[in-house]
Amino acid sequence: MSMVEKKGASVWLTHIGLILGILVMCFPIWFAFVASTVTQHDIIRPPLPLMPGPHLIENYKRALLEGVNTPVWKMLVNSSIMALGITIGKISISIISAYAIVYFRFPFRMVFFWLIFLTLMLPVEVRILPTYEIAAGLGLLNSHAGLIFPLIASATATFLFRQLFMTIPDELVEAARIDGAGPMRFFWDILLPLSRTNIAALFVILFIYGWNQYLWPLLVTTDPEMNTIVMGIKQMFPSGDDLADWPVIMATAILAMLPPAAVVLFMQRLFIKGLVESEK
Amino acid sequence: MADVSLRAVRKSYGKTEVIHGVDIDIADGEMIVIVGPSGCGKSTLLRMVAGLEDITAGEIGIGGRVVNDLEPRERDIAMVFQNYALYPHMSVRQNLAYGLKIAKMDKVEIARRVDKAATLLQIGEYLNRKPRQLSGGQRQRVAMGRAIVREPSVFLFDEPLSNLDAKLRVQMRMEIKNLQHELGVTALYVTHDQVEAMTMADRMIVMNAGVAEQIGAPLEVYNNPQSKFVGGFIGSPPMNFLPTGAVTAPASTTEIGVRPEHLRFCAPGAGLFDGTLKFQEALGAEMLLHLQDATGRVIVMRVETRDAPALGTETVSVTADPADILFFDANGKRA
Repeated sequence: MSMVEKKGASVWLTHIGLILGILVMCFPIWFAFVASTVTQHDIIRPPLPLMPGPHLIENYKRALLEGVNTPVWKMLVNSSIMALGITIGKISISIISAYAIVYFRFPFRMVFFWLIFLTLMLPVEVRILPTYEIAAGLGLLNSHAGLIFPLIASATATFLFRQLFMTIPDELVEAARIDGAGPMRFFWDILLPLSRTNIAALFVILFIYGWNQYLWPLLVTTDPEMNTIVMGIKQMFPSGDDLADWPVIMATAILAMLPPAAVVLFMQRLFIKGLVESEK
Repeated sequence: MADVSLRAVRKSYGKTEVIHGVDIDIADGEMIVIVGPSGCGKSTLLRMVAGLEDITAGEIGIGGRVVNDLEPRERDIAMVFQNYALYPHMSVRQNLAYGLKIAKMDKVEIARRVDKAATLLQIGEYLNRKPRQLSGGQRQRVAMGRAIVREPSVFLFDEPLSNLDAKLRVQMRMEIKNLQHELGVTALYVTHDQVEAMTMADRMIVMNAGVAEQIGAPLEVYNNPQSKFVGGFIGSPPMNFLPTGAVTAPASTTEIGVRPEHLRFCAPGAGLFDGTLKFQEALGAEMLLHLQDATGRVIVMRVETRDAPALGTETVSVTADPADILFFDANGKRA
């Protein structure tokens, strides 16, 4: 008897377990959503409201257009530019580096590969001071470029593309050479289409990575106009004795979750389609 | 269409030389099969003609033009690979058209050539499929089609049938031969399968350890092998090698060679070999007999099934016509 056919109490038990797990995971998000639909007064007065209130549109409008320090729509734009910049930049640079490392024989090729590989072991936090120094020296503070460029190189993605390219049979490369495809044509016509699945997967992972950046934007942007949404939420907390505007903060938190969720939902389809279609 | 010439072609990887100087003139429209065991350098030689490997020394000419320093695309060749090497993300039509598209050929002409090749190879109904939706035999045809649409001077085949099952291999072997003959394009065909070599070649090159041991028409090579290696490699089962014994032979002879089908029974002690019948392989009309003598040496004899003696311990003697006996010297060359 297969696992699928298992019947009776165990099915109910596993489902109850799963549902409980989902409830535990989702409760904070639900509560954030509820808090974004009521007034400040409702939140600070016990008991905690558990059902949405009537102020959804009002709160989100206030968050988007006014915010606390800066309108949330600006933070969303900044975050989008940063996340897309990091994602597209990382994918472009790493696919080109992997192409060079796998297909071209140049002096110190393996040295370069190991240099890239070594950086895998150094997270942003370790090199954050020198990176800040350089970004400041180049006048990149409080700019989109400053948010994007220091995070744009990716050893992981380079490594993934390298591994993918190494699975592509040499005969395919040779067939392309005989067909008259030069290095650029081979890259565009053959390597890039064959990497589609990996690009889709990396896009999802890297977009979320870029969107969730917190420490670097906090350092490199001091102007509220340049705040990204993830760090911006923190900036909304009042200093000293001021009251936190919880409905607006919670509305911002919900807004911050939407784009990554949308990317996962949308790209997941492409991702799975790519997986099913891919065959080398 | 063009003739191809190899002049003292050598290949080294670092200090290791793998091709030790190959010379051959291939006539326009000729089908040459390069055959040899794995590691003999046959694929390397083909890849040097294709331009996928550098030529360490010597000269390769196609159509009277030295191509040593030309890129593969400039050599006017087309190649069919063992694993077909079709572009997995392109449809069959795109696969066929890709090389022509790069050559910036007129779209109408591309479509004409693709359709012509598709008709010739009977793959017309698959033109919009992806390679993974095709069977091995169909992929093989597409790979052929990709070579044909280029209308090259020379076809290069690198073990194109090794991934097919036995029946399809026999069928495709004839189709390729026919197609090559019809199109009249010079072809170089690499295989490790001596039956493929025998049946397809106008002339064959038998290679061993980076040397062309013998170049000639299939039957000429079969009947008159110039070395022990060629005699042993071409023909299945291979040639039997025996001590000279009582045979009248040239002075330098150390061993004699006899084909299994040239052996016949004779009076005890009067032949080349006395042994007992250890094993029978029934092929149907014919039977292969494995005879073993007192020293443990085994020879194979091919007889009509009805002439086969029963298995047993009784000693049988075999001999052959003097004309069918070949003499080899200590270096494995003909004495």
